[in-house]
Amino acid sequence: MQNNKFTKAKLYLKNGETLEAKNFGSIKSVAGEVVFATGMTGYPEALTDPSFKGQILVFTYPIIGSYGVPKKEFWESDKIQVSGLIVSQYIDTPSHHENASTLAQWFKKENIPLLEIKDTRLLTQKLRDKGAMLGKIICKKDIPYQDPNKENLVAEVSTKKIFSVGTGKKNIVLIDCGTKKNIAESVAKRGVKVTVVPWDTDPTSLSFTPDAVIISNGPGDPTKATATIKNVKKLLQKHIPILGICLGNQILNLASGGKTYKLKFGHRSQNQPVLEVGTDKCYLTTQNHGFAVGTIPKNFKEWFRNANDDTNEGIIHQSLPFMSVQFHPESTPGPTDTDWIFDYFLKRANIL
Amino acid sequence: MNTNKKYKKIIVLGSGALKIGEAGEFDYSGSQAIKALKEEKIKVVLVNPNIATFQTSKNLADEVYFLPVNPYFVEKIIKKEKPDGIMLSFGGQTALNCGLALEKKGILKKYKVEVLGSPVLSIELTEDREKFARHLDKIGIPVPPSKSAVTLKEAKISAETIGFPVMIRAAFALGGQKSGVAHNQKELEEIVQGALAISPQVLIEKYLHHFKEIEYEVVRDKHGNVVTVCNMENLDPLGIHTGDSIVVAPSQTLNNEEYHGLREASRKIVDSLKIVGECNVQYALNPNPTKNPDGSIRRLEYYVIEVNARLSRSSALASKATGYPLAYVAAKLALGKGMVEIENKITKKTKSFFEPALDYIVVKMPRWDLDKFKNAEEKIGSAMKSVGEVMSIGRTFEEAFQKAIRMQTGQKESVTDNGFKNEMEMKKFLSFPSPRRIFAVASALQKGMSAEKIHSITGIDMWFLERIANITNTENKLIKNKKLTKENLLLLKENGFSDKKIGQVVGKTEFEIRKTRKKLGIFPSIFAIDTLAGEFPAQTNYLYLTYHGNHNDVESIGKEGIVVLGSGPYHIGSSVEFDWSCVHATLALKKYNKKSIVINCNPETVSTDYDMSDRLYFENLSFETVADIFEFEKAEGLIISVGGQRPNNLAKKLSKEKFKLFGTEAENIDRAEDRNLFSALLDKLKIDQPEWQSFNSMKEAMTFVDKVGFPVLVRPSYVLSGSAMRVCYGTKELKDFVGKASVLSPEYPVTISKYIENAKELEFDAVAQNGELVVYGISEHIENAGVHSGDATIVYPTQRVYASTEYQLRETAKKIASELKIAGPFNIQFLFKDNKPYVIEVNVRASRTFPFLSKAMNVDFPEMAIDSFFGKAKKHKFIYPKSVLVKSSQFSFSRLLGADPILRVEMSSTGEVACFGKDYDEALLKSIMSANFLDFNKKSVLLSLGGDLNKVKFLESAQTLLDLGYTIFATDGTADFLKKENIECKTIKKAKETTPNTISLIESKEVAFVINLSLEGSPKNLNNTDGFRIRRATVDNQIPLFTDLHLARAFIKALAKYDIDDLEIKSYKEYLD
Repeated sequence: MQNNKFTKAKLYLKNGETLEAKNFGSIKSVAGEVVFATGMTGYPEALTDPSFKGQILVFTYPIIGSYGVPKKEFWESDKIQVSGLIVSQYIDTPSHHENASTLAQWFKKENIPLLEIKDTRLLTQKLRDKGAMLGKIICKKDIPYQDPNKENLVAEVSTKKIFSVGTGKKNIVLIDCGTKKNIAESVAKRGVKVTVVPWDTDPTSLSFTPDAVIISNGPGDPTKATATIKNVKKLLQKHIPILGICLGNQILNLASGGKTYKLKFGHRSQNQPVLEVGTDKCYLTTQNHGFAVGTIPKNFKEWFRNANDDTNEGIIHQSLPFMSVQFHPESTPGPTDTDWIFDYFLKRANIL
Repeated sequence: MNTNKKYKKIIVLGSGALKIGEAGEFDYSGSQAIKALKEEKIKVVLVNPNIATFQTSKNLADEVYFLPVNPYFVEKIIKKEKPDGIMLSFGGQTALNCGLALEKKGILKKYKVEVLGSPVLSIELTEDREKFARHLDKIGIPVPPSKSAVTLKEAKISAETIGFPVMIRAAFALGGQKSGVAHNQKELEEIVQGALAISPQVLIEKYLHHFKEIEYEVVRDKHGNVVTVCNMENLDPLGIHTGDSIVVAPSQTLNNEEYHGLREASRKIVDSLKIVGECNVQYALNPNPTKNPDGSIRRLEYYVIEVNARLSRSSALASKATGYPLAYVAAKLALGKGMVEIENKITKKTKSFFEPALDYIVVKMPRWDLDKFKNAEEKIGSAMKSVGEVMSIGRTFEEAFQKAIRMQTGQKESVTDNGFKNEMEMKKFLSFPSPRRIFAVASALQKGMSAEKIHSITGIDMWFLERIANITNTENKLIKNKKLTKENLLLLKENGFSDKKIGQVVGKTEFEIRKTRKKLGIFPSIFAIDTLAGEFPAQTNYLYLTYHGNHNDVESIGKEGIVVLGSGPYHIGSSVEFDWSCVHATLALKKYNKKSIVINCNPETVSTDYDMSDRLYFENLSFETVADIFEFEKAEGLIISVGGQRPNNLAKKLSKEKFKLFGTEAENIDRAEDRNLFSALLDKLKIDQPEWQSFNSMKEAMTFVDKVGFPVLVRPSYVLSGSAMRVCYGTKELKDFVGKASVLSPEYPVTISKYIENAKELEFDAVAQNGELVVYGISEHIENAGVHSGDATIVYPTQRVYASTEYQLRETAKKIASELKIAGPFNIQFLFKDNKPYVIEVNVRASRTFPFLSKAMNVDFPEMAIDSFFGKAKKHKFIYPKSVLVKSSQFSFSRLLGADPILRVEMSSTGEVACFGKDYDEALLKSIMSANFLDFNKKSVLLSLGGDLNKVKFLESAQTLLDLGYTIFATDGTADFLKKENIECKTIKKAKETTPNTISLIESKEVAFVINLSLEGSPKNLNNTDGFRIRRATVDNQIPLFTDLHLARAFIKALAKYDIDDLEIKSYKEYLD
């Protein structure tokens, strides 16, 4: 039976608006940047995506919780990364063979509020028109607004220790800026070893020379990840093949002399169309970013472009195996159209 | 495909008459395709005999041919028109089969006509189940273990290898026709025999018990770019045809692995087939995957069960559910464009290469009319039986689902309105799939049966059951606590309860609840469908209502807006012809600078297309919803007379609210609808009507019947399409029937009227302005009265009617129009006997014959109706017709196991066609050929004529058949009679006797057609008579069947006059010029 046990809570927006809510999660006040995502499935994967660190997420799909929450091995990181979640209808009667707990149980366990606000469409329209906004969920105690983009979120979500995934003769370093598990898994699946290192690790200082380096996705403003940018510059000099994903796209760009900027309300969905520049090919991709590549560095060219708003979706070096994409080729959640990026990169890096 | 080619002229094939499995959705897809081609300045030739479609309107295609969609006629048209391309994927299976046959015969090559869109080889591959299974296996896509068979013996062996239960499907068949699940040898035999009767091949496959059924609508362009526009999940588990399933979009119970796993498989499939355009992929998904052979856990276990490489019913639904104009895009892609080149018509900001993100849930619910077919089986299964569908939109499943229940028939307020007599009946309906099962599910939940138990019986996913339980629990709470606080009432509205339902539970009227609700400030929000979940600001006109909102996406239109009510779901008696009127009326509003606001809930229509109206509400046609929308929009008024009976029924309630109704006043509509008022009206005007009386007791009835004598026509008031109407020939029949009919409609008295035998029936269709006729047309039924006007064969201009009769009709109509101050459309049905007209019915609304007459007379009747609302209609000057137009009905009996295929007072046809001809005979022949597979090469017929009169009256026709070289097979009585009259024939044994008998003759498909006439007044609904068996076998073997003497005679007369080669190949414009 549908659980009607909830507490009352409020969502405050920085522009002064207040919305009444039912809280099915933990009774805890949180602050962050309020953003919306339009994917219709894959909420466990999205909620555990470290790129959402510091954000209060609104799902535009109104019915959430339907298939519950699977075991940890199917998450994208070891915990819920969002500061709070807002849905229109919370389903407390999940039905699925992989269901291990309800969404509310999960949020309570991880001490995060889960709000039901009926008119999430209105909230979405506000965020769309006014741009992503600071907000706070207040349960009992009031707390101040907090801008996650001013913090070094990457340092918070990155692994603290080095570990590896998969086996193989080739060893690929994955710089974890807040990586989703499926990046390492997608690469390891291709018969190589993936060594996951903290965000500020210099891959050239490791006990082995990496055959290639992947810069992961991650939360917040790329310019805050100064250590990563510095290390990537070294990799570029040593001609070690590089693949950047999402935040990694911005970092490769910054390390090569390009510029980034903040989008009005970002891309957070599973239906972003990207064109492969110079071809007739077009792919649907999952995206989750608030910043984007502005100027493209010298010796690089535009690789992909967004078909909706023409923003940059990837860059590639004119001759060397340096490349990056703004979208998520590893998907989860979302379409698997661009899984081939991993093959292409490994081929260009002479690994496959 | 030559991608750089600029096409000059393209021929588009339509789907012909509406039938079960192929309905109005192809009017929508064809219309969009034609518009897409016209934008590219390409000349379009359309072949479609479906006169009531929007796509056959004069201003759409350059040339329209009202001719059968079959290789013979299409070849002739190609030869004449010389198109350089042909589109096969917009006219359903009918168009596809015709196209494949043309290709196979080398006709397309001969005339250098290129097939646009997906390659023919791929289409053929998807149509051959065995080859296709091998193909999928090769590309690593799992298919259920299966084998094909062409004989019963082969089928038995295959079934044993695979193991029971098995699913049996007929290859090359519409909507899963003749397929079924067999649990044992006996069931297998039955199903396989049925399937082999209509198809050369059957497929036997592993039956996937209680798997989920999931569909993907996929679009691919010539560059290989692919999007899946929508995925859909069936509420009913596998085994029930998707056309008969309740479906939600997007899927609700699939996680990312499943959703995107199946999406990836869809991409792989369409890529392997090099699809250009649209393709539909159906999957069976195991809700509890088995482990891999190595014991590891499998996250996704699925099988592909069907692929349709064309636009389908599901694609129409997907298009309406998401706002993605699938057919339009598919047509552009077929011309060689890439998806990135095509603008998103909805957002106007993004491209067609995208996948819609929904921020709502859509529920599709089928509409069945099984009770309209005597003896038809109530069970549903893998062969489609529904005749239409509704689509609802909400922010929760509860909200959308309850809307859909109300839309489905207009008779039920909630899924808890089930009408089960007792718990036993409820449990019975829980145990097998039928149109009533969902009501049994709700009833069981309400009575406390556990969702788990219902799940184990029905296989319906727990998710859906819990949602329905939320509805029944909410209702149970209201039953316990009837106090309507703002909080309580809001919760009820959020969970989809109507004012009327709430009223029923708390003992108040819907008006009282409405008043309370408004006082408490509870109003629905108006939300838009923008394809991107609000991510981009889009100016969309595509709207729905929800109680899960605090804002409206649009502002009120105000006084320049006019609300036009559509027809609701297609069903027997209300079909595409009403959508045609609705669309034409809507378009005509532009003339008066009015903004049209259409309300309709039928995804198979053109009226619900994004570019037909200024605003579209995908909503129910109930008083509550219409009033909410009208009050929000602050529109000038409403038009209720162009969508058939359903909107017309709202006249009283809407006018009570003082809403302005364009057209005839509600009070006068009532005078035509209420039998007592209507009778008084005719008496006052001194117009004859068959004698009649209402009654409440059998005793009263018998007194009346004694006076007028049998036969009598029995019916309740507010008759729609002959439901519960019956001619009774004796006391017992009358008593039996009245017992049933009075239960059907307790609100209204049952009436009986004298049934006038051997009378002619005429249709009078007109538009009046301020009570004065401005345009009218008279058409004639070929069958005598007693065949429902929706089933009758109709001809314009009249062929056997005196000018003086027509004069009498016109004068009568004038009187009625004047008395009722009719403004706008109306229709009168006349009986004619011994030169005396009787009025049997007046409909103060657009009738079924409106598109037929509009096209025959080249006058836009709905547009004239709009003109009349504004006082601007000019009297139409009668023009003598240069050609004859004949309408034939399309029956779908072969889909309905057990139903008796015979014409009677209750309507049973699902669609219609009409063809022009230089004379009556030519038009009739074409028209019959458009609704039947008539083989001119077969030169034998089967006659079974009941009754002496029928035999005598048919004599001349029998002689004609003989003269034409036909071999006549006749059942014993008929044969004896013919032989006595010196007409040579072969006697054939009755169905019950040993073979060869009538049935084996029919099954051998040797006869070109069958004529089976029953004795007037004989019981027509027994399924063990010889006549029934002959009729059933005839439709089951897709052989033309004639059960009416007059039609049979007219047909044979036409056959004598014209051979197939004599039939003219002329376009609509040529007939008008």
